Amino acid sequence: MNSLRRLIDNLKKPFAKGEKFEKFAPAINAFDTLLFVPNHTTKSGSHIRDAVDLKRTMVTVIIALIPALVYGIYNTGYQYYYQLGESFTFMDAFIHGAWKVIPMIAVSYIVGLTIEFGFAVYRGHEVNEGYLVTGLLIPMIMPVDIPLWMVAISVAFSVFVAKEAFGGTGMNILNPALTARAFAFFAYPTYMSGNKVWVSEASNVDSISGETILGSLAAGDQISYSTYDMFFGSIPGSIAETSASWVLLGGLLLVMTGVGSWRIILGGFLGGAFMAIIFNLWGANELMSFNWLNHLLAGGFAFGIIFMATDPVSAAQTSKGKWIYGILVGIFCIMIRVFNPAYPEGVMLAILLMNVFAPTIDHFVIESNINRRKKRWVLTQVKS
Amino acid sequence: MFKKIKIHQGVNLNIDGEAEKIIVDLPKSLTYGVKPDDFFTIVPKLLVKEGDIVKNGTPLFFSKKNPRINFVSPVSGEVTSIIRGPKRKILEIIITADKKNDSVVFQTSNHEKLPLNEIKELILKSGFWPFIKQRPYGVISSPEDTPKSIFVSCFSTVPLAVDYDFLLKKDKEDFQLGVNILKRLTSGNVYLGLDSSFNGFFKEIENVKKISVDGPHPSGNVGIQIHKIDPINYGDKVWTINPEDVSNLGAFFRTGKFSSKRTIALVGSSVKKRQYYKTIIGTSISKILEFSDFECSNNNRIINGDLLSGDATGPNSYLGYYNNLISVLEEGNTHRFMGWIPFVDNHILSLSRTSFSWFFSKKKHNVNSNMNGEERAIVVTGEMEKVFPMDIYPMELIKACLNEDIEKMEALGIYEVAPEDFGLIDYASTSKIEAQEIIKSGIELMINEVG
Repeated sequence: MNSLRRLIDNLKKPFAKGEKFEKFAPAINAFDTLLFVPNHTTKSGSHIRDAVDLKRTMVTVIIALIPALVYGIYNTGYQYYYQLGESFTFMDAFIHGAWKVIPMIAVSYIVGLTIEFGFAVYRGHEVNEGYLVTGLLIPMIMPVDIPLWMVAISVAFSVFVAKEAFGGTGMNILNPALTARAFAFFAYPTYMSGNKVWVSEASNVDSISGETILGSLAAGDQISYSTYDMFFGSIPGSIAETSASWVLLGGLLLVMTGVGSWRIILGGFLGGAFMAIIFNLWGANELMSFNWLNHLLAGGFAFGIIFMATDPVSAAQTSKGKWIYGILVGIFCIMIRVFNPAYPEGVMLAILLMNVFAPTIDHFVIESNINRRKKRWVLTQVKS
Repeated sequence: MFKKIKIHQGVNLNIDGEAEKIIVDLPKSLTYGVKPDDFFTIVPKLLVKEGDIVKNGTPLFFSKKNPRINFVSPVSGEVTSIIRGPKRKILEIIITADKKNDSVVFQTSNHEKLPLNEIKELILKSGFWPFIKQRPYGVISSPEDTPKSIFVSCFSTVPLAVDYDFLLKKDKEDFQLGVNILKRLTSGNVYLGLDSSFNGFFKEIENVKKISVDGPHPSGNVGIQIHKIDPINYGDKVWTINPEDVSNLGAFFRTGKFSSKRTIALVGSSVKKRQYYKTIIGTSISKILEFSDFECSNNNRIINGDLLSGDATGPNSYLGYYNNLISVLEEGNTHRFMGWIPFVDNHILSLSRTSFSWFFSKKKHNVNSNMNGEERAIVVTGEMEKVFPMDIYPMELIKACLNEDIEKMEALGIYEVAPEDFGLIDYASTSKIEAQEIIKSGIELMINEVG
């Protein structure tokens, strides 16, 4: 390890203060700190610090995403071969999926990190780790056959407009990954919705129908998938959103490590269930009478609530605010699904909508705290 | 007659290196030092020059803003040097002790009959005023105010804390006398904050209201106790004083001489002979280290105070004016290969569940000064609230301080906090935010703009 350390220290010499490439220090530091936790010691404030840092937190999210990603890759191949009616092994399906998905991940990381590095050098701050998660999330919530250049443009849009325009990691109002998806959704609707995009090669091979459950329901059709299918995920959909079980496993890790807010997750599921039950009672069309439990399992609901709504930067930041935010995300998600059949993917729009309102929710929560303090002051004035 | 409070947020850091309960008299050191930096926001105006002979209790300087507040010499001897920094800022006033032990003597035996303003005058002249701090802000109080109450936290929950009962139990009479004096200064009560499991002499102190506090650090911080019992509103003043200074104050009114007694604990796992020392304010730290057979190397950091909020200082510096603790910490300037991966390096204490460290929470941990990461934008929310037991939103307050938004700082509760209350937030922050520094500059801004 020492020789590696020496090598890096030598490589870093031209990037030191006052040297030729000083300006590019954030770029090389990003690689250095990926290999080694720096030897920085505390200069002011508390002399001792917790072992946790942003890298560790972000990597925990990535670990939580892996089950859903692996299943998503497998399911990509599974849907393809299953609908073709060919016989196939697990490896066949996995390789087919990997062949489709890995390039998307690579494009997302390359484009996104290049922009992030550029901004870090330009602004002279270290590269924040936020994009490690965003960059993985973006391909996971795209339909599998979206052209790579569209992924690239969506990523660029989201990093520039949703993130860096607001000041970078920690300052954004909207969830960057969802912004990328929303951009693609409105810019290239034919690649992002309809009944020909959700299964690999569906637009090229006629025997494949790429309809999602929610798409079928919105069209007023019956669906042939069971609750069991939805829970385990052998259904068409965006790459990694289909399997509620693997998504929940990741969610369990997020909640247990405290990285994802259990308040938002629980609030989201409660809000969603509440709204879906009300619609069940109403039952005016196929989507309304779709069983409430299935509502929570189908589409991107679980994935959105667990991995997107919990993004701490764009979510509400106070404990009470998190409850309100989570519940409203759940309610709006089911509402948009049901009332607007053109957008069966209500979860994306619901979360983006609530991202915009999260600061307002926090404002009222904090305002009540401020008022409590003011009232206490008024009371003492009255007494004296 | 106990008021009970229960603190839920916070944590006791289980760190190796507590002092054994042995008190040893430290022999007199050759030189003593007083550092104006110990007095937050005070601008000193010198009263002595190099070569002056001073007694124990002779004023060394006073506060430019309030000339009534004197800062006195803790020892009799000769002012041998006044060390200045950039812009001629006074860093240290060094006094070489003599053997005479001369003290400035005041007439205090009749203190029970003296009116309040004369009691105040005695405290000011004798040099005891700097020990009485105030909330808001955690700065030295102003003698013109009448506080609505006075708080003394008689237990400490900081890492490797001292046991005030152990170090003061022989001074019960002085402590009681000190409390009686304090009682006269306030229109309200004197509160003693006691650990809920406590069974020591503080329980027998009269003329006070006792608070029984249950919960982890920072429950021992006086600011937390004030917040729960008698919260500060706009315009309120609450005074605070450390337990040993209460007994010093009592000793002064008993003898008429400035008492600079300080019982300190030397702590930190790299020190072998960790124990309590009886000494006086301003003792040279090298004397303390020498007496405990500790050789200080570059790999050690000496801290005047505790690991969370103390001031780093060199081994040739002097004991601070307020602290009962000298902490020795290992420097952590080493790299850790891939140390950011979750669930690796579990030997490093972590409050986050992204490490298995919580699994070994009963074990005493070794700590060092490594940042364990780099500063980043604030991303994670909710972690500060877990270690901050006040009805205040800490992250929002920190952001208001960063924005220098005075109105917002006021609304969010800047009057109730002091930097030390944010020690655990510094510690726990994923983004390595310097919360104490931010709050400190926020408080400075408040003092300059609002007063």
